[in-house]
Amino acid sequence: MDEEKRAKILRSWGYFGLIVAVGVGLLVLYPGHREAVFASTQSYLVEMALILPAVMVLLGLFNEWVPDDVIVRYLGEQSGVSGLGLAIVLGSTPTGPLYVALPIAADLIEKNARIANIVVFLTAWACLKLPQELVELQFLGWKFMSLRLVLTSIVAVGMGLLIEAILRAELNDPGDEPF
Amino acid sequence: MSLTAWIINGFAAIGLLAALYADRERGVRAVKRGLFSFFRILPTVLTIIVIIGLLLGFVPPETIRQFVGDQSGMAGVFLTGTIGSVLHIPSIVAFPLAASFLDMGATISIVAVFVTTLTMIGVVTLPLEVRELGWRFAALRNGLSFLGAILIAVVMGAIL
Repeated sequence: MDEEKRAKILRSWGYFGLIVAVGVGLLVLYPGHREAVFASTQSYLVEMALILPAVMVLLGLFNEWVPDDVIVRYLGEQSGVSGLGLAIVLGSTPTGPLYVALPIAADLIEKNARIANIVVFLTAWACLKLPQELVELQFLGWKFMSLRLVLTSIVAVGMGLLIEAILRAELNDPGDEPF
Repeated sequence: MSLTAWIINGFAAIGLLAALYADRERGVRAVKRGLFSFFRILPTVLTIIVIIGLLLGFVPPETIRQFVGDQSGMAGVFLTGTIGSVLHIPSIVAFPLAASFLDMGATISIVAVFVTTLTMIGVVTLPLEVRELGWRFAALRNGLSFLGAILIAVVMGAIL
């Protein structure tokens, strides 16, 4: 583990210590709230503890079996409707925050992949991660989770096509510099 | 343990067994990666849970409802969307936080716009996005994502 990551984790524990200290202070000043705070903390803690290890195992599995270069290879070649569907699947299976996906997207643009595909890929990467969807399922229920999944996919595709059309129109406009 | 928790754990168990069967070494490596991520995210998860506990225990639901309840309307949705765009927290902890809003009396639209903007739009990662993909692309993607999030929230509020 490198120095930077270690510092980041230590900082996170620092924040945790800080918020616990604030919480303890508040509960000492206002003991009437103790029961309510303990009850809700406990219920959320239990709900999280029941699924977090499983979600992390799944994250590890996706991480190991879906490396970034596979995504670039597949998405660079595809176009059309199948490409858009694939962009959703490829965006939602790997792990890692959005800033990991940005260089991949830049690489794809360089390889002349469709702009719509790249937008859809980024959107799926940002908010349709499969292990994260399971956390959403646990806390917000299957109706909320599945409806948001479907709507987000639709919005992602619409956004991709729109951005592609706008950027293409700009590219064809001789008075404008290419992006 | 709820049915959902059983399903999630079953899913993980099947995935893990299949992985170990397919390639023992990679399977073990995957578990190690998972464990590492677990310990990395643990302090953040615990912090959010304590914040949720304090919010639910201290803030009276009437106060919350004023801002994000039924009568807050579109203004509440836009406000929450803006907050969600600026905040930078991992999605794994975003969902329990969103669920606590629901517990406090927020509407489905508010919760949906919060979760969606939180994950889709990154004000913090914007400089990197501009550098990697150009400012036109970044502005279009983040701007349209905001409108898209509002749209998703309104539709979800109408259906659920």
